Amino acid sequence: MNELRTALVVDLDAGFAEVVRTYQGLLLGTAMRLTGDRPAAEDLAAEAFLRAFRALRDYDAERIGALELRGWLVTVLLNEHRNTVRTATRRPALSGAPVPDRATPDPGPADLATRADPDLAAALARLPAVQREAVVLRHVADLDVPAVAAALGVGEGTARSHVSRGLARLRTLLTSPDRSTP
Amino acid sequence: MSDPLLARLTPPDVGTDLAPQLVDTFATTTGPLGEVLVARSSAGVTYVRPVDDVDGFRAEYRRRLGRPLVPDDRSVPAIDASTRVDLRACSPFERDVLDATATIPAGQTRPYGWVAREVGRPAAVRAVGTVLARNPVPLIVPCHRVTRSDGSLGRYMLGEPAKARLLAAEGADLDRLAAFTTAGVVLIGSDTTGIACLPSCHHARRITDAHRVPFRSAAAARDAGYRGCLVCRPGM
Repeated sequence: MNELRTALVVDLDAGFAEVVRTYQGLLLGTAMRLTGDRPAAEDLAAEAFLRAFRALRDYDAERIGALELRGWLVTVLLNEHRNTVRTATRRPALSGAPVPDRATPDPGPADLATRADPDLAAALARLPAVQREAVVLRHVADLDVPAVAAALGVGEGTARSHVSRGLARLRTLLTSPDRSTP
Repeated sequence: MSDPLLARLTPPDVGTDLAPQLVDTFATTTGPLGEVLVARSSAGVTYVRPVDDVDGFRAEYRRRLGRPLVPDDRSVPAIDASTRVDLRACSPFERDVLDATATIPAGQTRPYGWVAREVGRPAAVRAVGTVLARNPVPLIVPCHRVTRSDGSLGRYMLGEPAKARLLAAEGADLDRLAAFTTAGVVLIGSDTTGIACLPSCHHARRITDAHRVPFRSAAAARDAGYRGCLVCRPGM
């Protein structure tokens, strides 16, 4: 991945095209988990990439060389998602905000790899921001704990506890009464 | 990883390629004045500039459009007024100005004040001039058809001689228009219809010598009992 950073320093445009090719699967997949909806996920991932490019325009070679691209891109995606949700809340006519308690059949295990999962997206949306970010960075983007801690700007112990509290809350939300009452 | 929640969090393989909608391309192609540099997104042409400064083109694209831009290895079709453009990077006002400019017929000219009226901002003449001076897609959106209020051609980002060449190639009678400018004539009326036009309007060109009534201002035409042409909308 060091090569990618070098490519960005040598030629930001061509390097960024390479960044898109390398990380679009990750950002699209993560965006699917955050939005639970395919068109919204594609918009979100595209906007996040453009925001990242505009940030890189103003970075010097040293700063680009020190970037942990994977964690940084997912963090940009998370921020972009938060802005989108905030805008959608202010202007409810825009679609994209997940409906929290829609009754959908449980996904079969075979579908998990490709399927949008609106219930999971809705549950993630109800987590406190720092827990959502910790869970997404750790278990969706698959960063290790030190990288999660660096992305959140907290210590490793704090990062670990955000992840585990987030996961615990997620379990509770996903087995909440509207899905499991007899 | 036997935990079903962790399995459920794992990102799905969406399998979409975002590169075409994120990474724009540029190439040299042919325009009405010869070779130009053209940048394109998946939605249309985003930027057109002279060929002589590729580095400046890329730097300005990065600053203004804020989108990655790589060389195009395909052959790019020639550009003209019918080429599809992508103006999403423009402000609503800029888009209005460019849309109004695109309605000026080939070989005709309109003053900056006309564009300002057409976009509903009659006092924003200078702002219109600023937008057109940095028109992202010259030759496609014909900013060369916009002139000073006295009808003189005025500046052009590709040079004033280029502005005259483009208009002449479109069939404009530049000598006739220059003569009106020299005489201070901004409107032409017909005493048979009582209608006044901008000098380059095709209705104005059909008025015979015997019936042509020149005016030095819209107010003068109005005072003489004329109304404005509905086609060229001279603002009176």
